[in-house]
Amino acid sequence: MKIIKAEKVTFEYIRRDEEGNVEGINRAVDNVSLDVKEGDFISILGANGSGKSTFAKHLNSILLPTEGTVWVDGMDTKDEEKINKIRQTAGMVFQNPDNQIIGQVVDEDVAFGPENMGIPTEEIKERVEEALKTVGMYEFIKRSPNSLSGGQKQRVSIAGVLAMHPKCIVLDEPTAMLDPTGRKEVIRALRALNEVEGITIILITHYMEETVYSDKIFVMHKGSIAMEGTPREVFSRVDELKEYKLEVPQITLLAHTLRQRGLRIPECVLTVKELTDAIKNC
Amino acid sequence: MFKEVSLGQYYQADSVIHRLDPRVKLVGTLLYMISLFVFNNIFCYAVAALLLASVMMLCKVPVGYMFKGLRAVLFIMLFTVVFNVFFTTGDILFEFGIIHISKEGIKMAVLMLVRLTLLIVSASIMTLTTTPNRLTDGLEKLFRPLKLFKAPVHEVALMMSIALRFIPILSEETDKIVKAQTARGAKFDSKKLIERVKSLIPLIVPLFVSAFRRASDLALAMEARGYHGGEGRTKLYPLKYEGRDFVSYIILALYVAVIVFLGIMSARIVAFLTPENSYLTLFF
Repeated sequence: MKIIKAEKVTFEYIRRDEEGNVEGINRAVDNVSLDVKEGDFISILGANGSGKSTFAKHLNSILLPTEGTVWVDGMDTKDEEKINKIRQTAGMVFQNPDNQIIGQVVDEDVAFGPENMGIPTEEIKERVEEALKTVGMYEFIKRSPNSLSGGQKQRVSIAGVLAMHPKCIVLDEPTAMLDPTGRKEVIRALRALNEVEGITIILITHYMEETVYSDKIFVMHKGSIAMEGTPREVFSRVDELKEYKLEVPQITLLAHTLRQRGLRIPECVLTVKELTDAIKNC
Repeated sequence: MFKEVSLGQYYQADSVIHRLDPRVKLVGTLLYMISLFVFNNIFCYAVAALLLASVMMLCKVPVGYMFKGLRAVLFIMLFTVVFNVFFTTGDILFEFGIIHISKEGIKMAVLMLVRLTLLIVSASIMTLTTTPNRLTDGLEKLFRPLKLFKAPVHEVALMMSIALRFIPILSEETDKIVKAQTARGAKFDSKKLIERVKSLIPLIVPLFVSAFRRASDLALAMEARGYHGGEGRTKLYPLKYEGRDFVSYIILALYVAVIVFLGIMSARIVAFLTPENSYLTLFF
């Protein structure tokens, strides 16, 4: 079952001068086609300006493709009538934790989505508690979001999406503004969601370390998909990745350099343990 | 520098007053304030003070907090007292050169002082015992009938609660900008007014730019979470009247009845209590 299917999606920003005349057209997304299987953990990698965020906004009907079609769980995102259903199926978490929290108390914020869906009060309460427990933020239920750390805020945002019971969560650089601890917290929460709850995760990021555990990686460059495959397949092409201004995880880079210097190490190493084992076997 | 900005000075405690429905508190405070303005004789104020005192006892907020609000209006209070004492004409009690103090003047001054105190303290109690969120919820519900005239009640209430949520974020941001601009040689503490106003420009411009950016981000996030206006929305904490709320409304109605009665009858009570030339007349 394909939860998300994009076919030849193209999106153009039209730049206008002060009088409103068309000055030029920026093609942010260029002929992108991809399929996402339900229950997968997908990463979309790309440097700044690669069009990955623009593409992400198509998955939840915030932007509509200039050309091509996006289906979310079989629903065309252009279908006005299904827009609420689409947004409930594919929840979205953004980059800046401060700018996406609406409530003044954690539970009120998590309830915002279900409130919009018109869920009865009793059920909202259950969903809020359940969602906060899933991301490990239940003890903060009565706190003000302003008193939380970045990683905690981002987990609250994820809970806010979870409470809408989505099949798929799209995260647009959720860790870009966080410190390393916060980044780890968020990624751990996402992996748990994917493995335990079976929710499809689409993680958009430019930190390659975060994509190590994904089922599939898409690399975007200048609006189109430049590479795709499992982390091992993608990371083994170190030189190609450098061309797209992406940096492979340090451990992979180290292994790659050692290999170039003549050490007999397998093609692609993703974790410290793999590398130490490989060196021992040399 | 901007840390002390705090709107909605809620004081967390567990009391009957805290648990009351915000609508009761809003209506109550409003009626209370109106009653203070409409009737200004000592009997009405006595009853009003009695009610306020019992609410103060019930609300479990330290007394100091309730009177804090008075400091802000201290100047106005002094002003009214001075004006009333010196510039009200009537039976002169004391005269010295151009200064003359009349009986009516003192009476007016005292009444004004009492009125202002009651007003401020009652408003403080309302904000101290109600979270800003419940307050906006209450306002939204109370003004709901205005929807018939196409007034955007839900939207305004939502705007208010979002504004409250962003106050600490924006004040933190202001702090950051001040520091960044100071580091680049901007001066925010000039003695001259014009220079001081001018120095605010490098503060206000970036603050506005960032506020607009935040607003656009937030709008996107709200849309992504399925926000589509107030239609068909449910609430995590819907406002529901309970027993204590009805009791409060009854108490409120009784209070209004007593105040109106006293207000109308005050002249007769005064006449009854004070035979001609009694010293007591000074008070009424």
